[in-house]
Amino acid sequence: MPIQRRRFVAALGAGAIASTAGCSSTSGDDGGGGNGTDDGGNAAESVGVAGETLTLTTTTSTYDTGLLDEIHTDFEEMYGVTVDAVAQGTGAALETARNGDSDIVMVHARGLEDEFMRNGYGVNRRDLMFNDFVIVGPESDPAGIQGMGSATEALTAIAEAEATFVSRGDESGTHTKELNLWEAAGTDPGGDWYQETGTGMGEALNIANQQGAYTLSDRGTFISQRSEIELTILVQGPIEDGPEILSNPYGVMAVNPGVHENANYDLAMAYIGWITSPGVQEAISEYQVNGEQLFFPEAVSEDPNFQQYVPEGWSSESDDE
Amino acid sequence: MPFEATVQSVPALLDAAARPAASLFGVSFRDGYVGSVIAVSLYVSLTAVALSTLVSVPAAVAIGLTEFPGKEFVKSVVNTGMGFPSVVVGLVVLFAVSNQGPLGSLELIFTREAMIMSQFVLATPPITAISLAAVSGVDDGVRDAARVLGGTRVDVALVVIKEARYGIATAVLAGFGRAISEVGSVLIVGGNITSADGISKTRTLTTAIQLEARQGQYETAMVLGAVLVALVLIVNAIVVRFGDRGVAG
Repeated sequence: MPIQRRRFVAALGAGAIASTAGCSSTSGDDGGGGNGTDDGGNAAESVGVAGETLTLTTTTSTYDTGLLDEIHTDFEEMYGVTVDAVAQGTGAALETARNGDSDIVMVHARGLEDEFMRNGYGVNRRDLMFNDFVIVGPESDPAGIQGMGSATEALTAIAEAEATFVSRGDESGTHTKELNLWEAAGTDPGGDWYQETGTGMGEALNIANQQGAYTLSDRGTFISQRSEIELTILVQGPIEDGPEILSNPYGVMAVNPGVHENANYDLAMAYIGWITSPGVQEAISEYQVNGEQLFFPEAVSEDPNFQQYVPEGWSSESDDE
Repeated sequence: MPFEATVQSVPALLDAAARPAASLFGVSFRDGYVGSVIAVSLYVSLTAVALSTLVSVPAAVAIGLTEFPGKEFVKSVVNTGMGFPSVVVGLVVLFAVSNQGPLGSLELIFTREAMIMSQFVLATPPITAISLAAVSGVDDGVRDAARVLGGTRVDVALVVIKEARYGIATAVLAGFGRAISEVGSVLIVGGNITSADGISKTRTLTTAIQLEARQGQYETAMVLGAVLVALVLIVNAIVVRFGDRGVAG
């Protein structure tokens, strides 16, 4: 019974850590869900999974907009559990999950998600919500891209003008989308005008703002930060009738308990059921920053898209080996 | 707003931070947020420094009071450890505590215990090195007198520690400064987590500042920075106070 042995080792380890750490009263199993805080109090009275911790790795865009804090209180109260939301780039979030260090991932790069699923690390992927990407830049618009209906044409114009462009450069979903766009535009960006910052979206927007540069941003982060910066949207995404290539769909996946036996699968599936439920989907659509809706729910539909459960182009024969 | 920050006295600042504060210097926070972030910062750093001290001071006394071949080499290794980059330590601890790592079954990743581990690794070299310098600086006569009076090895060590207490206090402060101001490793192994109601689980002042800066909330980051500096000043003042009492008694 490997699982029981693991529990035992975990308990033993928690004891050892607790004794070395002096007055530490954290237990290893629940990951130390804030003893003595209000959560602990509620936990005891709630449903069967009370006291457990769900570790969610997600992208900076969902986290920095404040959406998760807004809706998670409901989940924590309903199940009496703690959600540990770790904000990383999409690439890092998937890597953490791949190592079995989180129970569930919420990201926005379908290609990387498919790869994650195909390699067996994720199960039960659901479309969650979407927003879109926008190309933002200074009002002076040195490359003259304002109002262009095509994202690739805009990028080509920026490259030809050698106008400063700030790239996330951090393997995030936005960075992945940006690289796809450059590829679609047939340009291999490089040179002084193309700057990789290796930072989150908010920081990248600040850097672009200070340099009067262009950047690709998800609409949510841009709206939540718009009051602090002077950049403006020059090319719209599909939400405002921009090109479909700028769409930004989010998916949520449970870590496969067959690969990582310690993954809290029951709680992960409870979370997926909860966040794709009509009530929470409505809460997502009602979430506003500066009077604007940031995310558009996609999980509830009269006409469900069954393709969402499997990676693109997957067939049982081709992956038999 | 920066002017208000400087006018506020330190105790008032701490008081405001420790209470469930809705507003600090005009920047609003969720109730209990700042207090819990301070609590996590202090819990992690003080625990790590206490553990480091338990290891470092005996090690420094042992190295300082004995002559052995390779002593200079050991000293240089300890000194090198003082400059160890914290993100590298974070990475190593991450590999150790990750589910795939040797300590994976303990499920320590994204916990305060993992943060304590990385700060322990960071704080131990400076505490050892500075304590070692202090112990080495104790007059040989003191040691000899303790021996002549029939002291055991432990007695001699205690006398030396007492003589070197200022240096050792400085060492502990240096270790604490390194631990509490450190951001790279706690971000990697801790994950910068709060619960949905804004109560910190693994968010420290430094990682909170990093988060605010990432979101462009520079004012909020500055307020948290002021709290961090105030905290370091207070801890230093307390340690210096203890040192003085030691002299009087």
